[in-house]
Amino acid sequence: MTGILGKKLGMTSIFDDAGQVIPCTVIEAGPCYVTQIKTVDRDGYEAVQIGFGERKERTVTKPLRGHFAHANVKPVRLVKEFRGNGVSDVQPGQEITVDRVFTKGDIVKVVGTSKGKGFQGVVRRHHFGGGARTHGQSDRQRAPGSIGSSSYPSRVFRGQRMAGRMGGEQITVRNLTVVGVIPDSNLLLIKGSVPGAINGYLEIHKLKSHQ
Amino acid sequence: MEKLKLVEATQLKTGLPDFHPGDTINVHVRVIEGDKERVQQFQGVVIARHGAGMNATFTVRKISDGVGVERIFPLHSPRLAKIERVKEGSVRRAKLYYLRELASKAIRQKTT
Repeated sequence: MTGILGKKLGMTSIFDDAGQVIPCTVIEAGPCYVTQIKTVDRDGYEAVQIGFGERKERTVTKPLRGHFAHANVKPVRLVKEFRGNGVSDVQPGQEITVDRVFTKGDIVKVVGTSKGKGFQGVVRRHHFGGGARTHGQSDRQRAPGSIGSSSYPSRVFRGQRMAGRMGGEQITVRNLTVVGVIPDSNLLLIKGSVPGAINGYLEIHKLKSHQ
Repeated sequence: MEKLKLVEATQLKTGLPDFHPGDTINVHVRVIEGDKERVQQFQGVVIARHGAGMNATFTVRKISDGVGVERIFPLHSPRLAKIERVKEGSVRRAKLYYLRELASKAIRQKTT
């Protein structure tokens, strides 16, 4: 397996062997269940599909219910695919625990959904400088400034950075280090911060370059 | 949340002495020099305690050769070999930052 799914529990700090403080994020990683195995012959690529999280039976749609029943797993909240090798050593319905995938010292990337920030102006959203605070300016402090030329092109170019919804998007953070694995309680400790709010779902991948 | 505490619980020290701001304590610090390890002592007045759980720290202030020296120690650090309470103090503040402005004689008077 090249990764696992988990839920962010929060941050704390631990001491390493040298007595240095390491800030770390605690993730409840797994147990995940293999829901499907994709093969080159059937699907054109190799991947393991796994599920994580509890879900009430009645909230599951019929097609998904059948999909889970096929793999003989209980309904799960989140289903994701992990591509790459390691397909041959898993079976549908099999439980994947965190200690099977990761050991202390692994380099990983973490994918999550960032905290929603709501509708934000350009200063916060795109780090614009804003306008001058002095020299007789009024109402210009956090304004975006000019958004383009006039009669040519007579329109605003696509992709012009403006105010709008910020956050709540998929963010990947790479090159994080695993500083601890606690198999008894399915916990994974990762140095530094990871995207998203507490109780947010995360994908944790082994980095390809470090596999 | 409970699982977060579980992680911390494995790291927390037990049997730490009870000490408060105003107390004079002697902190035994493990110092690693090259491949040798020795214990260095740092004795002074506790001027602040901060944080809870794993993030708890305390600040010790002493006057060394006429220069004020403050060190902030993580309470549960494995580098601390021992904490001894030398003298109990009696102060009316939780943070004794005002001691920085005082002479050593005044500090003695304030913390007893």
